[in-house]
Amino acid sequence: MSPTPASPPESVARDGKRNVYFFATCVIDMFAPEAGFDAIDVLERSGVDVHFPVRQTCCGQPAYTTGFPEEAAKVAAAQLDLFPEPWPIVVPSGSCGGMLKHHWPKLFANDPVKLAKAEAISARTIEFTDYLLNVADLKLDSASRRPLRVALHTACSARREMGTLECGRELLSRLPGVELVEHAHESECCGFGGTFSVKHPEISAAMTSDKLDAIRATDCDAMVSADCGCLLSLNLMLKKRRDLMRGQHIASLIRERLDGGEAR
Amino acid sequence: MSGATAIKLADFQANARAALKDPKLRDSFTGAMDFLIDRRAQQFPDLEAFERLRKVGEAVRQQALSKLPELLEQLENKLTSLGVQVHWAETAADANRIFLDLARRHDASLMVKGKSMVSEEIELNHEMAAQGIECVETDMGEYILQLDGDRPSHIIMPAIHKTKQDVAEIFHEHIKGAPLTDDVNELIAIGRRALRDKFSAARIGVSGVNFMVAETGSLVLVENEGNGRLCTSVPDVHIAITGIEKVIEKLEHVAPLFALLTRSATGQAITTYLNVITGPRRAGEKDGPREMHLILLDNGRTQAYREERFRATLQCIRCGACMNHCPVYTRVGGLSYGTTYPGPIGAIISPHLQNLKETRHLPTASSLCGACGEVCPVGIPIPDMLMRLREAGRHSVAQSATPPQQALRGQGEVRQLAEALAWKVWRLLYSHPALYRLLVWFAARLNWLTPPWQGGWTQARAPLKPASKSLRDLLAERGRQRK
Repeated sequence: MSPTPASPPESVARDGKRNVYFFATCVIDMFAPEAGFDAIDVLERSGVDVHFPVRQTCCGQPAYTTGFPEEAAKVAAAQLDLFPEPWPIVVPSGSCGGMLKHHWPKLFANDPVKLAKAEAISARTIEFTDYLLNVADLKLDSASRRPLRVALHTACSARREMGTLECGRELLSRLPGVELVEHAHESECCGFGGTFSVKHPEISAAMTSDKLDAIRATDCDAMVSADCGCLLSLNLMLKKRRDLMRGQHIASLIRERLDGGEAR
Repeated sequence: MSGATAIKLADFQANARAALKDPKLRDSFTGAMDFLIDRRAQQFPDLEAFERLRKVGEAVRQQALSKLPELLEQLENKLTSLGVQVHWAETAADANRIFLDLARRHDASLMVKGKSMVSEEIELNHEMAAQGIECVETDMGEYILQLDGDRPSHIIMPAIHKTKQDVAEIFHEHIKGAPLTDDVNELIAIGRRALRDKFSAARIGVSGVNFMVAETGSLVLVENEGNGRLCTSVPDVHIAITGIEKVIEKLEHVAPLFALLTRSATGQAITTYLNVITGPRRAGEKDGPREMHLILLDNGRTQAYREERFRATLQCIRCGACMNHCPVYTRVGGLSYGTTYPGPIGAIISPHLQNLKETRHLPTASSLCGACGEVCPVGIPIPDMLMRLREAGRHSVAQSATPPQQALRGQGEVRQLAEALAWKVWRLLYSHPALYRLLVWFAARLNWLTPPWQGGWTQARAPLKPASKSLRDLLAERGRQRK
């Protein structure tokens, strides 16, 4: 898993309008829709036309990482024709984005037709914060200046596979009033790991618990991440702990700040 | 002795659960690993320089593995011409038989041994003890464990799970005349004194090997305590044992690997000792063993060598950086794995040394966070290896999309019908957009039916519950509003 430096695909149409496909991820579709909604909203505010192919489902990662690549390939194959225009495919998750970018081509090593399509998708796949920062260049000066201390959890795949650690940090630094607070063992995994959290629940819970303790020890006002898989695991443990804090997708924070800094 | 407390493999999950509940163990591992992570980071301040060196290390190891049979043959010829006897052992039992034969031939009832994970792999101490031969560990960490009847929990720092108070009690109980003290320097002195006599009394010295150089027949041994040098120079007979994969082509290849090894392992730019042993004592020389043997152990390594998809596993130079950086290892400790090699490298090598079924919980005990692959000094794609092992365990050769040349040991034996079926259902739903949309529609509207108990997930987290409106629902509403 070597990090891929941001290489934003170009997407300006003849009328000067940018177009992107939005691959929402099934986690967001079903469990965290507001994150997807906010991400689309923020993209649109930066002047991008966002296209949501309704036939999209899941990147296939759960099956792929559990040892069922054939199943993952079938699911990916059903979506290879959803992105016909040469537009970037924005994914609001380093993990699912990493699956499209780095693993979809591996799924079709023996099928040249599908491989070509998967490689084309891979080349156009870009993680949300990367796109927002390096392509859309969203202006954040007008956002709320209300002071807010924010802890950032960067998903391992965002950090190590997509190389977008700095994108999230840079976006936060461009938000007026927002102060990024570091937490202990910041580069360590939150313990979600997809089916890992089901197969080894105690180990997973110990990791998530430590991550929350580290974030809680900072006295931050808010916790954000660009990955809803991690956030689900973190938030549902916060809920079980009867802790009222909830992590939110970085898109939601940006939208809130652009709207004047009031929590919705 | 080590066999007595051996932990059953199937118990990984139970071991891990117990370890997680032990605050002392977790604190000591977290503290020790943080220390090592820090030390390593100080040795690689420039990430690009690390990447360059790593590429060299990776290339050296890959190149050596690409001509493994030839290099082993060259090595054997070179060693034979130097007067070293080379023995090939297919299994642990074969290796132990060779040790026993040599001990009997030299009428040796005592062996001193430097740190060697391969000797742990074959349970040498235990096997020799069963034949009335004492095999004494001389690495301080290993010696502590041997006295206590315990096993290594880390490949570089074997006694990392022991506190100095633990060591104080172990020495007081097992070493004659040792006072009860937890002064570390005093403890080390007690241990060294006890071991000194053993070095001079032993007929046979045993060591592992870090790198074997095919062109010169040199055995390279990296260590800090000097016990390795004593084991390989004081006794009359030196027996080295290592895995067949440790061979490299040229002497110059030692330099980058040595630089990577010590920095990755203990955060040292260089170790106190680097032994380059090229043959036994020659005529006119005043020290060194009169007789030298090398035992080359397979014990399942050829399986990883044979299968291209798993060959990178053998690139390992046993630095332990992957375990130091592993959030799972840090929390469950090395003993929970129940294998000779714990942590990420253990999870990818053990299935070849044993079989996929016995080690079935190891490849899944990872969130695939990638920290191991990131720090591996020879570029082993450990997360990929883990995923491939997960697949091989769950698919027979006939079921596999990427079948191996030959079935791996335990291939397909981890497959459970319920799991395989669940993924088939998942595939059906998620590869048919209409069905998926129906699933999402029902999940949102029936989310009040979410079971409050969801297996392991709800032990520490609230139930996973679909939102009452999916993203599609929200987007459809917005579309209507805009019209």
